[in-house]
Amino acid sequence: MKYEAIIGMEVHAQILTASKMFCGCSADYASAPPNTHVCPVCLGMPGVLPVINQAAVEATILTGLALNCTIPEFSKFDRKNYPYPDLPKGYQISQYDLPLCINGWLEIDLGGTKKRIGIRRVHLEEDTGKLIHEEDGSLIDFNRAGVPLMEIVSEADMRSAEEAWLYLTKLRTILRYLGVSTGNMEEGAMRCEANVSVRPLGSKEFGTKVEVKNLNSFRAVRQAIAYEIERQTKLLQEGKRVHQVTMGWDEHRHRTVFQRSKEFAEDYRYFPEPDLPPLELSREFVQEIRSRLPELPDAKRERFIAQYGIKGDDAALLVEERATADYFERAVAAAQKQITPQTIANWIVGEIFRLLRENTTEISSIKVSPEQLIELLKLIQEGTINATVGKEVLDEMFATGKSAQAIVKEKGLTQISDEEQLRQFVQEALAKNPKPLQQYLAGKEAVLGFFIGQVMRATRGQANVHVVRKLLQEELDKYKNKE
Amino acid sequence: MELYELTIAQAHELLQKREISSVELTRSVLQRIETVETKIKAYLRITPEEALAQAEKADQRRAQGEDNPLLGIPLAIKDVLCTKGVETTCGSRILQGFVPPFDATVVAKLRELGSVLLGKTNTDEFAMGSSTENSGFFTTHNPWNLEHVPGGSSGGSAAAVAADECLGALGTDTGGSIRQPAAFCGIAGLKPTYGRVSRYGLVAFASSLDQAGPLCKDVKDCAILLQAIAGHDPKDSTSANLSVPNFVEALQPDVKGMRLGVPKEYFTEGIDAKVAEAVHAALDVWAELGAEIVEVSLPHTEYALPVYYIIAPAEASANLARYDGVRYGYSYPEAKDIWDAYRKTREIGFGAEVKRRIMLGTYALSAGYYDAYYLKAQKVRTLIKEDFDRAYQQCDAIIAPTTPMPAFRIGERVDDPLQMYLGDIFTLSLNLAGVCGISIPCGFADGLPVGVQILGDAYDETTILRVAYAYEQATEWHLQKPPL
Repeated sequence: MKYEAIIGMEVHAQILTASKMFCGCSADYASAPPNTHVCPVCLGMPGVLPVINQAAVEATILTGLALNCTIPEFSKFDRKNYPYPDLPKGYQISQYDLPLCINGWLEIDLGGTKKRIGIRRVHLEEDTGKLIHEEDGSLIDFNRAGVPLMEIVSEADMRSAEEAWLYLTKLRTILRYLGVSTGNMEEGAMRCEANVSVRPLGSKEFGTKVEVKNLNSFRAVRQAIAYEIERQTKLLQEGKRVHQVTMGWDEHRHRTVFQRSKEFAEDYRYFPEPDLPPLELSREFVQEIRSRLPELPDAKRERFIAQYGIKGDDAALLVEERATADYFERAVAAAQKQITPQTIANWIVGEIFRLLRENTTEISSIKVSPEQLIELLKLIQEGTINATVGKEVLDEMFATGKSAQAIVKEKGLTQISDEEQLRQFVQEALAKNPKPLQQYLAGKEAVLGFFIGQVMRATRGQANVHVVRKLLQEELDKYKNKE
Repeated sequence: MELYELTIAQAHELLQKREISSVELTRSVLQRIETVETKIKAYLRITPEEALAQAEKADQRRAQGEDNPLLGIPLAIKDVLCTKGVETTCGSRILQGFVPPFDATVVAKLRELGSVLLGKTNTDEFAMGSSTENSGFFTTHNPWNLEHVPGGSSGGSAAAVAADECLGALGTDTGGSIRQPAAFCGIAGLKPTYGRVSRYGLVAFASSLDQAGPLCKDVKDCAILLQAIAGHDPKDSTSANLSVPNFVEALQPDVKGMRLGVPKEYFTEGIDAKVAEAVHAALDVWAELGAEIVEVSLPHTEYALPVYYIIAPAEASANLARYDGVRYGYSYPEAKDIWDAYRKTREIGFGAEVKRRIMLGTYALSAGYYDAYYLKAQKVRTLIKEDFDRAYQQCDAIIAPTTPMPAFRIGERVDDPLQMYLGDIFTLSLNLAGVCGISIPCGFADGLPVGVQILGDAYDETTILRVAYAYEQATEWHLQKPPL
């Protein structure tokens, strides 16, 4: 029998606001000493009251709009009650039945086929503190407590680990485009849980749902879901039952492990937060937020293809980060039509991306400005340097921030096109390699490439390859004529 | 006349004329506390050094030309209001040792005006009770008869005012906790409209009902103290962003042509005959002053008690979840693990009534019961509010007894929580409706004070102050002093 997987995702994303969700403490606690970003409110002292961070509400609505959600006219906060030492009030202020955003969707690209993944809701809540377990006990750091957090709940529309991975990647891209979250999973700014079940293909009923947690990277998400689908499928094939449990991904053993049973639903005793008046979201307010929506990756990709005539794959890569797309467009503008957008795209997707990868950095902190990149590309186009040298120059630009002109001048990398000068190198190459020469003369014309390589090496890559080819042809013809 | 006997307004006049200093006034009150406090036990904590230092500072400010009605006036603060640097326990052992690093907004306002803060008054634990017998520390005694309770939960504040251990006090009212002890102790106590006064720093019992307000020797003092604490607070999103009228100027002893409503549901069985008699006599006074007495109906009154005992405990069950011994207050020292620490800390730290209400509230919010209890209670609460809306279309204010009977004996009801709850039937509705009310003395029953409530519409404190003031000007009940 064939089985299909049903996957839904719950994503928590920390919202990039200056202050916390319900108090004035700075929300930027990264690398701060423990318990330094705290006040009576986020410590849950007696008598304190929450005040809604308007920026967090707006960021959540902006996200909802980007995810094609409906923004209801009425929303409210609720208390979610559960005891845990990292939860200072003994309840979390969250949203239960009236979230800020409902009924949206996000589109993923399955190798050319588009698929919409439903977004059930996006709601706003506060983060908890962090427990630090030591040998002789546990410590609590409340810096994170009260940081605004949005929860994005998808419909159970995904059918494979790949789809879940695409969904998550796309979601992160959108969050980063909006500037509402860093989407950094490794740092915990974005956290993800997957609900996975498996059912016989064609069945209308859902299988038993298993919650998969501890997914701390995109890779973990893909691996854990794939593992879980396989595990459940195997159980069903063997005629066994899937139990309603929470599983955790074990990064080292590459498998999901049992965490706890979920047969009895936890009772959070939600009720409306009496300390906060309900939110009335006027259409004018929502419209104002909608006007802040930037061009989103899908639209941008289509525009890049149409406007600049670049390849679809390149466009997709360029729009993955808003900063890269902006970089590309600035470069195109600087080129003033002297360099084709496709050439620029090639260099960004090829060489710039390679340098970013090698140096584990981001385009936003790159030393090479788009204008400097164009200067380099112009040097290549004019023939001042060739493409191989150009790559070396770019490496240097990347490391030092110097201009291409300066590096070329400094290192004497200008392309040699002078025939007299190059003829010497060509003759030398032929003289030094009698065997390939013989082969060539015997009719193996591919050997020409070998000689070009020899000349390029001898000139440290500075030779104008077109001139070299022409000269080689001339010199080889001389040999031919001798025969 | 001793200085401690003065009302706030009287003391202010003498301070203004430089006939007395705040230090003299504060010394007199501290002396009075020393004399009677062993009998009354109104205070959980007295801070004489701080009080005298504040009095000195107030005198300096006055010498520099500053003046306001509370500059240099010694006041008492109920222990559910946070006071920076002064231990705040809410009458609970679980908060023993908790010294807030901040002031409640109402306390900060008093400090700004230069009031002298004498100390923290006793309360039923987390304001849950009607007698101070639920205090985790001791019971306060009624100054009129030491064997009787002062009422609660602001019993400490009420007794302190009645016994002249302060010139005025702040209390909080969630279901009658200002008005009932004011009635039991023969003083004036005002519950402002929900949203009129900031709740920031008021340790929450039931967030949608709690409101701080004044307990004073007379109506004018209530107006002065309310003026000082009222107003929008950006730290409290439920506080109303409305301008605050001048309550003191509104004190006109004139009710001619006003319509005063008497709800028929409040004079039914269970009300003490002498209490009913005193309230009817009060109605006659208002009638003589030219007010028109009309009958009104608040048909959902009988549901106020059950509704209150679902909503208040439900909110409390969440509000009290933070007392886990992890960050402040009492913490069980020898716990095996975190869950054991939670259990033991709360088992030892909370008293019986608090535990009872946490359980009631947890139950009411539980899955499968939420709709039947909490949601239904909220719907009935709306009906109760609509009762008041309708009534105020027919009258300017409502007159009702504050309590069905005068102060009961200490210990008389501790074993019967339901009987204790029933004592609050006349005060609960007001909190559920979110409107305002004031209780003032209107007579005695067996040597114990009787209180009458004047209930007003939302944000209409000026009307109830005026009706109360007119009555007070025509009578002398507020001038009676307990025989201490």
